[in-house]
Amino acid sequence: MDLENQKRIKDLAETHGNENVVVVLGGAEAEASGLAAETVTAGDPTFAGPLAGVQLGLSVYHITEEAVKEVVNSDVYEEQVGMMEMVLPVEEIASEMSQFRG
Amino acid sequence: MSFAVVKAASYTLAHTPDFIPFGSTPTTAKARDDQEYFAALKNGLRSFDDVVNYPPNQCYVGNITPHQLGEVAQPWYQDAAAGERTGRYGDIMPQVEFYALLKASDAFDLVALTPEFIEVANPKLAAHPLLKRYTLDASKAMAATDMHAMLEAHKAEPLKMDGELVGIVKQAHDEDENLSAHIMLENLTVKATGVHAALCLEAQGVDLSEVEYIIECSEEACGDINQRGGGNFAKAIGEMIGCASATGSDLRGFCAAPAHSLIHAAALVKGGAFKSVLVVAGGAVAKLGMNSREHLAKDMPVLEDCLAGFAFLVTENDGVSPIVNTDIIGRLNVGAGSSPQAVTSALVSEPLNAVGRKITDIDRYSAEMQNPEITKPAGAGDVPEANFKMIAALAVKEGQLERKDLLSFVKNHGMPGFALTQGHIPSGVPYLGHGRDAIMNGEINSFMVIGKGSLFLGRMTNLFDGISTVVEKNPGVQEAAGFDKDEARRLVAQAMQDVAARLAE
Repeated sequence: MDLENQKRIKDLAETHGNENVVVVLGGAEAEASGLAAETVTAGDPTFAGPLAGVQLGLSVYHITEEAVKEVVNSDVYEEQVGMMEMVLPVEEIASEMSQFRG
Repeated sequence: MSFAVVKAASYTLAHTPDFIPFGSTPTTAKARDDQEYFAALKNGLRSFDDVVNYPPNQCYVGNITPHQLGEVAQPWYQDAAAGERTGRYGDIMPQVEFYALLKASDAFDLVALTPEFIEVANPKLAAHPLLKRYTLDASKAMAATDMHAMLEAHKAEPLKMDGELVGIVKQAHDEDENLSAHIMLENLTVKATGVHAALCLEAQGVDLSEVEYIIECSEEACGDINQRGGGNFAKAIGEMIGCASATGSDLRGFCAAPAHSLIHAAALVKGGAFKSVLVVAGGAVAKLGMNSREHLAKDMPVLEDCLAGFAFLVTENDGVSPIVNTDIIGRLNVGAGSSPQAVTSALVSEPLNAVGRKITDIDRYSAEMQNPEITKPAGAGDVPEANFKMIAALAVKEGQLERKDLLSFVKNHGMPGFALTQGHIPSGVPYLGHGRDAIMNGEINSFMVIGKGSLFLGRMTNLFDGISTVVEKNPGVQEAAGFDKDEARRLVAQAMQDVAARLAE
C-alpha cells in the first residue's frame, strides 16, 4: 500500500479510534487487495511504510463485497460500481479479503 | 479543413542499468540504507542482449507486432528469441551511447566524462547511423580523481559503467535546488532520450528541417528557482536535431499528456497554424526500478532498466496516411465523474455516439499500454486488459455487445501491453506506429488512442484526467469543389435580374 495512504489511515485511526474506521478498498486485483487488507489489520508486510509493525486491526472490505453492496443505495452502486463488477475477479477478491477478517 | 494525418512514429529505449539507483524506489531504499535491497538489485540486472531480446521491447521498437507478442509464451523475460536492437520504428541504445548522447545534449558544460570513456564512446557514436553527427571533445575530458572531489562535495551525480566511474553530471547552481545535479541529470536525460527518439523519425525518411512546431510531453520540469517548470524541452531538443524552422513548447498532463499532444498537434495542423508538428517525449529517470522491490521478491529480473522515448509527426493531409479524426474527441471534463464507468463513457462511448458510431465499430483500442509482466507482480494487474474489459463492459451495458462476447471483444479489439512503465510513455501512443501500419496494410480501419492521468499525484486536485481520439483510414484526398467562374457569373446575373424584376414591380 502506498506509503502516503498508510500515513493517512494511521492518522484517521488515531483521531477517530480503530473501532470507528472502516477501510473500503477498490483495487482491481485480488492479491493486491489482500496485501492492502493485511496492511490495515496486521501491519505493512513490506515493512516499508508507517504501518510497519503496527496492528491496527481495522475493519476492511472491498467495494465489490456483498457486505458493502448491501449498505449502498442500489442505484448509486450500479452507477458507480456496476461496470467494474462485470470486469473484476469479484469472487477471488472476496475470498482473499475474508482471510484478513477475524 | 482537412483532417491532419499521422505521418510517422518512432519508439526508442536506452538501457541504463547504472542509472537505476537514481530511480524513486532505489533512492528511498538508499535513504534507509537498505543493503539487502541493493544486493538483490545487483543480482537482478539484465545484460544489454537480454534487454534487446525481451519481446515487449522488440514490440516497442517495431520488430514484432502486438499480435505476435501475444503469441509469445510468458514469462517473456525467460528464453527470449534473439532480436535486433534496431527496429522498424526505433532503436535500443546501450548505456555507453546514452552517456555520450547525454554529453552531446549538454549546452552548459554540466556533463564531464573521463578521457578513457571518450576514447571508447567516440567510435560507438561514429558507427551509429543517426548518432554519427555527434563527436565528444576529448580535450574537455575530466580525470576521475577530479570527479571524486566533486562527488564528495555533493556537487555532482556519478555516471558509472558496471559500477566504475566514467563521468559526472554537475550541479548548475550552488544554492538553487531546481538546478541541482540530480535535477540536471533528470532533465538532460529527457533531452537526450527525446533527441534519440526524434532522430529515429529521420531514419524513416522524415525531413526534420521541415518541422514547424514541436510539442514535448514528458513528465519532468526544467527551470530555476523563479520558474520551476518554465520549459522548454521542445526547443532544446529541436536545436539538437536540425529543426531550424520550428518553434515549440512543452505540454504537461501526467500520463495523459501524449494523448493531449496528439490532439493538440492535429488541431494545430487542421486549423492551418502549422503544416507539420513533431510530438516528442524523453524518458523518466524516477521510474527506473520503480517496481523492482516486487520483481526481486518474486525472483524476477529488474525489468524497469531502460529509459523510453517516442516521437511522432502529424502533418497536413497527404491523402494516404491515417487521419486523426478530431470530430471524435473523448473528454473527461472537470465536471465529469471519476467512477470507472463515468470515465469510460466520457472517453469512449459518448464521443462515438455523438457521430453515430458504436464501440464495436472501432477496430482496436490503445489505452494505458503498460507491460503486464511489470505491473502484475506489483499488484497493479494487467492495466491494458482491464481497460479493454471496461470498454467491453460498457458496450454490454449500452446493448452493443452480448455479455458472452465480452472476452472475445477484449481479444479482438485489444492487445497485450508492451510499453515500459515510464509514466507518460504507455499512454495510448505506443500503438501509433503499429496502428498506422495496420491501417496502411488494410488489416484494420481504425483505432482509438486513450490517455489517462492521475492528477491527484500533484496534490492540486483530486480530479482524474483522460482524453481520447480516433485514428483511421484516410478516405483519400477529397477533390476540392472547383470554383466555376462561369457558373458564378450566371448566378450573379440571375440574382441581379431577380432584384431588377422586384424593383420594377
